[in-house]
Amino acid sequence: MASVLEKIQEITAEKLSVDIEDIKPESSFTEDLEADSLDVVELIMALEEEFSTDGQTIEISDEDAENIRTVQNAVDFITSKGIE
Amino acid sequence: MSINIDLSNKKGIIFGVANQRSIAWAISEKLMEAGAELAFTYLDDRLLKNINSLLKDRDNLLLKCDANNESDVHNVMEKFKSKHGEIDFIIHSIAFANREDLGGDFSNLSKEGFSLALETSSYTLITIARQASKYFSQTGGSVISMTFDASNRVYPGYNVMGIAKAALENINRQLSAEYGPRKIRFNSISAGPLPSLSARSIPGFTEMRKAHEQRSPIKRPITHEEVANTALFLVSDLSTGITGSIIPVDGGYGIIAL
Repeated sequence: MASVLEKIQEITAEKLSVDIEDIKPESSFTEDLEADSLDVVELIMALEEEFSTDGQTIEISDEDAENIRTVQNAVDFITSKGIE
Repeated sequence: MSINIDLSNKKGIIFGVANQRSIAWAISEKLMEAGAELAFTYLDDRLLKNINSLLKDRDNLLLKCDANNESDVHNVMEKFKSKHGEIDFIIHSIAFANREDLGGDFSNLSKEGFSLALETSSYTLITIARQASKYFSQTGGSVISMTFDASNRVYPGYNVMGIAKAALENINRQLSAEYGPRKIRFNSISAGPLPSLSARSIPGFTEMRKAHEQRSPIKRPITHEEVANTALFLVSDLSTGITGSIIPVDGGYGIIAL
């Protein structure tokens, strides 16, 4: 099964139209991957969709979203919800 | 006997599909389900790609249009006419504000930010109405725009968009008065907070949604489909007695004071 990191890399590649090889844990969405403000929102919503299940709805609040700047930040947020 | 809303004789234009969570897309799906023929406008290639993937194999007319550019809007009407003939309805689901004008102190709003937000989110309804007016069917038409309760009451963070929605609601009334004799109706749906791309861009959106869940009479956020169903009614001839109205689809949130 794909890890949280791999899933996030896939979503990021699709939403931002970047090569998956360029998406490192330390990559910043806005600075390294050139996401604009709408891209970031789209990404946050895609993460919510990807990691929500019938039993658990993942909601990323505005405050949490502000702290998700890098791929690793996103991985940490998702794993903090008990998802592996 | 049951009443069915059949739009198989209706054709219209959708302004403002960005992705699968757009209110405009939920409305589009519902109208197509009822048999309506739709054309879509798109701002740029990225949004075109999104619309294409939503439409799958359908061959709807797709028209590039910056609604802030009147000749683009005129082109849309001409191309629609060539393919479909007369217009029966238009969905206006367009809004934009600079990121820095959403959230933070309202009074920091720049003149440029004010103009951009109101031109894009409010004035475009006038442009579209003016350009579409001579293409509407003799039997009339329906134009639906999307507003929000922040036109009247203060939602921290909504800032400049509150002004834009207040302007949009006024424009909705004035257009309705002007075009009423020609049976072109204008109504605006005031939806509760839905997680669309633009709504999620507003700081404080998750708070708004929570407040709706806790305080609205229905004790849950409204759904895209509930807005789409209302749009379906407003496009149909079941609503010919309604124009110039703001229709709340907010689970009753607007009536609650405490």
